[in-house]
Amino acid sequence: MKTLVYLIIGVFFGIVMYKSEAASWFRIYEMFEFGSFHMYGIIGSALAIGVMGTQIIKRRNIKALGGQDMQLNPKAMSIPRYLFGGILFGLGWALAGACPGPMYVLAGAGYGSILIVIFGALGGTFIYGLLRNKLPH
Amino acid sequence: MEWIMNPWPWYVSGPLIALVMFALLFVGKQFGMSSNLRTACSIGGASKASDFFDFDWKKERWNLIVVLGAIIGGFVSANYLSDNTVNINPDVVIKLESYGINSAGESYLPTEIFGDESLSDPKILAVLLIGGFLVGFGSRYAGGCTSGHAISGLSNLQLPSLIAVIGFFIGGLIMINFIYPLIF
Repeated sequence: MKTLVYLIIGVFFGIVMYKSEAASWFRIYEMFEFGSFHMYGIIGSALAIGVMGTQIIKRRNIKALGGQDMQLNPKAMSIPRYLFGGILFGLGWALAGACPGPMYVLAGAGYGSILIVIFGALGGTFIYGLLRNKLPH
Repeated sequence: MEWIMNPWPWYVSGPLIALVMFALLFVGKQFGMSSNLRTACSIGGASKASDFFDFDWKKERWNLIVVLGAIIGGFVSANYLSDNTVNINPDVVIKLESYGINSAGESYLPTEIFGDESLSDPKILAVLLIGGFLVGFGSRYAGGCTSGHAISGLSNLQLPSLIAVIGFFIGGLIMINFIYPLIF
């Protein structure tokens, strides 16, 4: 039953990513060229509702299904980790024109080349695991 | 039916992404699409090489189901819900043409990069592989990607996520303004 819920959420997410064009390389390129409000509008409107909803959940102490706390854990503070990691991610996001969600959406849409990007992302994750103790966090 | 076939405007798409985040919170999970890459490494046996991958990945199986759903969603959208073209700013189209990318407005992804025939071009192969590598490495280093930081983290007013998102844009702007002219 729970598996079906995750599957439905995933299908819905995939459709939204594709139909919003957030999974399109062109939209990512255009965003970094400041050529259109489109991507900023998507992220901005998601955030506006996200911030409001999250505040309501916290103030009213709304629980997840089954009565457990919602996963709204504070993130440990660090500057190098988020800044360096973020910059590397941004370089990749603009180079491949895809982030981790849309990659899978594009695979489903039938773009075989995206499998190379996913393979690279798995490699990057693996190498991070090897180098983690040597990197500033 | 036209509104289904046409691209969805930002003010429809953004709130629907927030809905995905809330749906996952409601079932006791967190919206973040890059963590499944770590899970996949663990399933592949990467814990032999680094204890970073030594965790109970079975608890993260739900995330792989979401991924499977996203793949299905992509298939359904591309085949039944879209004419698979993206109309971007005409000025950006001209800029792309100067890079030899002429497929803007005709396809969902540039055929010059994602077309099957491009795979025989070592340069394009490197672009896809290195791009993916940086996405995987960077998102794990930063502890999240666009969904984990730019949506979940910022919605929860997390300063670390703000730093990460600033990093995303520094990296993206460096790539587009300084490295693209060298590649294309």
